Amino acid sequence: MMPTEIWLIFIISICIVGSIVALELKDILSSIIAVGVVGLGIAVSFLILQAPDLAVVQFVFEIFAVIILVRAFLKKDYHKEEPSTINKVLVGVTLITLGAIFYLSLSVFKLLPPFGQPLFETAQYYVQNGATDTGAANLVSAIILDYRAYDTLGEVTVLFAAILGTLTILRIKKSKNSQEVTNEK
Amino acid sequence: MKNNQGMSIIVKTVTRVSVWLMVLYAWYIILHGHLTPGGGFGGGVIFAIAMLNVLLAYGSEFTEKWLKIRLLHDIEAASILLFLIVGILGISVLGGFLTNFILKGKLYELISAGTIPIFNILIGIKVAMSLFLAVLILAKTNIENGGEV
Repeated sequence: MMPTEIWLIFIISICIVGSIVALELKDILSSIIAVGVVGLGIAVSFLILQAPDLAVVQFVFEIFAVIILVRAFLKKDYHKEEPSTINKVLVGVTLITLGAIFYLSLSVFKLLPPFGQPLFETAQYYVQNGATDTGAANLVSAIILDYRAYDTLGEVTVLFAAILGTLTILRIKKSKNSQEVTNEK
Repeated sequence: MKNNQGMSIIVKTVTRVSVWLMVLYAWYIILHGHLTPGGGFGGGVIFAIAMLNVLLAYGSEFTEKWLKIRLLHDIEAASILLFLIVGILGISVLGGFLTNFILKGKLYELISAGTIPIFNILIGIKVAMSLFLAVLILAKTNIENGGEV
């Protein structure tokens, strides 16, 4: 059990360092790569926690996001040097608040269930009867497409609505432009 | 994108081969979604990245000739409609929306698990088309010129 936790702490600390670096760097490409490091670290931590389904999706989405970010921001001038203004009182208040929250929440960690033993009876039911109920060897698939198919339908609908909105907005602009062109002619 | 002609001939030649391998891998992930890790969402994004590869290597002009926005949008809308139809078929056969109404078959076989592979394929197509359409539209739109397409 211990190596898992040590690896997790290691990867999560890399993620935290990467996100701070992404915020602080002035060069846009370097900070995009730092964001990518954070996402890939999360994908690896999913792998270590034995959630390969999530890891696959996270890994691939991260590549997709980095490509889009690079394509969107690389050619533009986002390299503006802004004078950094560090308010020392604000930093102090933030650190003290975070420390207080951490200290007060220490006792909660003792209440957490042991690793691999879920709290809910539903989870135990899924693990025991999932394969016979649905016939799918991959339990994650069985849950998202059989037990919880409503949620998947909602997710797909959200994606559909997003693309519909994007297409509609950009098509309106396109038709306005073409009307202007015809008026000019 | 300023350069609509795409990248150099080396990139184009490599892309011509590698895109089909990526599409094959995407379909492997989608079709084995009920057996191995992955499924519709992961496989769909790999499919979208394969098409994005074409867009980056060949430029948006060529890509739009080959993959028409209208057609992609129709496929996307059709896949979500089929998802709903399969769900409603569950009502008529077993009396519940999105019920697994097809015979389950043997565990660990490719054709098993009833409606789960069908949903996986439909979600895979849906996610691939959606993500690629988003990138294609954003690539066409020139933000600096006030959203001129």
